[in-house]
Amino acid sequence: MPPSTQAKEALSARLMRTPGVLPALTFAILLIVWEASTWLFAIPTYILPGPSRIIGGFDAVPFTRWMEHIWATLRVALFGYVVAILVSLPIAVGLAKSEFMSKAFYPLLVVIQSVPVVAVAPIIIVVLGTDDAPRVLITFLIAFFPLVVSMTTGLRATPPELIELSRSLRAPAYREITQIRLPFATPYIFSGLQISITLAVIGAVVAEFVAADVGIGYFIQFSTSMFRLPEAWAGLTLLVAMSLGLFQSVGLVQKLLMPWSLPPK
Amino acid sequence: MARAPDAITFADVGQTFATRAGPLTALSGVDLAIKRHEFVAVLGPSGCGKSTLLRLTAGLVEPTAGTVSVFDMPVTQPRDDVGIVFQQATLLPWANVEDNVAFPAKHMRGRISKQDREIAQDVIAKVGLAGFEKRLPRELSGGMQQRVGIARALFRNPDILLMDEPFSALDALTRDQMGYELLDLWQSSPKTVLFITHSIPEALLLADRIVVMSARPGRVIADYKVPLVRPRDERTLRASEIQDLASELRDLLIAKETN
Repeated sequence: MPPSTQAKEALSARLMRTPGVLPALTFAILLIVWEASTWLFAIPTYILPGPSRIIGGFDAVPFTRWMEHIWATLRVALFGYVVAILVSLPIAVGLAKSEFMSKAFYPLLVVIQSVPVVAVAPIIIVVLGTDDAPRVLITFLIAFFPLVVSMTTGLRATPPELIELSRSLRAPAYREITQIRLPFATPYIFSGLQISITLAVIGAVVAEFVAADVGIGYFIQFSTSMFRLPEAWAGLTLLVAMSLGLFQSVGLVQKLLMPWSLPPK
Repeated sequence: MARAPDAITFADVGQTFATRAGPLTALSGVDLAIKRHEFVAVLGPSGCGKSTLLRLTAGLVEPTAGTVSVFDMPVTQPRDDVGIVFQQATLLPWANVEDNVAFPAKHMRGRISKQDREIAQDVIAKVGLAGFEKRLPRELSGGMQQRVGIARALFRNPDILLMDEPFSALDALTRDQMGYELLDLWQSSPKTVLFITHSIPEALLLADRIVVMSARPGRVIADYKVPLVRPRDERTLRASEIQDLASELRDLLIAKETN
């Protein structure tokens, strides 16, 4: 093997050993290429602003106003997410425990899921007005279905032997849920929770697109209507950061509270 | 003198399940009496209703015909004096060994008392896992996990132990080892054992009696006493007097599998 190949392999091995270095490097190179090409090809900012212009976009409004936008979106996303969790848990228990419930209600849930929420959003706004309530409802509608599905799947994934063990002990029926089915469903529930939290952000933004006077979704729409693309991109960057942060937080909660539910390293 | 009641009796028991494809008869006309503290192995082809036999005894399913009795009482619901060991250990992955073993207490009464913990530690020691009380199931080997499963079944000190192919998921060496340990356990605190298995050597090594079942619908087609003295060990299976029995069992099972 020629020495240069060996050196290359040693370098790539070292890069893969250190966590975070490789993705950060990829990302940095992408940013450089992006920035360079906007200058090199003189791409107009309304088509694709470079990273430096996007950073400049953050100056468009004062910090406190950014905080108001972030808080408005985050509040609606989290509120809708919590409502989705609270609603989907009893539904999932019902679907998992009773075939009657499953047969009666699952088709309805699929119909609700098949309704394009973006199209219903204007209707909901007209019906419920323009405060947080319609926005929370829209967020809930987008976020709850994956939760129901993952929770139901999880509650059904309990080994049948443990259900038999539970019956052989003649324990109160609710303990089958609380001590066996729910804990067994944890890995499924958390994958649903991670999908749903990013959907909740989408839901909040969709609601702001339809009717809002604050929030990052509103800010993006407002900026684009004024052709201030770097500012819109700055808003988008914040949304991505918010989604990522929330997604990681859910993973962190699982890691801290239920380490056994993660695949062994 | 009054006759001591049999531990488990099946009187003309039949079991038919409703399936999508129509009724499925798993068992029909099963007659079987198991004495107290007898170790009975049930051999039979796959799908012959061996496990149904066990679930009927446990009171988890009701027979569609005939009667299953435990100590002369018809089984209508799960009993406290019956413990079950499943094919897979099926432990709670979030609970350590001690909490898994004491899980019946937690499930029935909502909490594990100090006394429960003492009982749990005692049965954990009995299955040879002393020192592993605080380990999680995923830190244990397959054989150790199944020991926890056995300890969980022993936790309530049942008179009857139902074992559904408990060692079939283990590798051959572990399987033999677990067999010997089960024998030790049974000899030091006798129990009525109904042991479902696929393996002729395992049945011969462990049981006082071997019951052979036919393919579906399952019936008892043969019932042998195992002519081996106890205690048994590695040399037991090489004894010449059981070679005929072993080949007879093999012929029965092979004939039934191919029919």
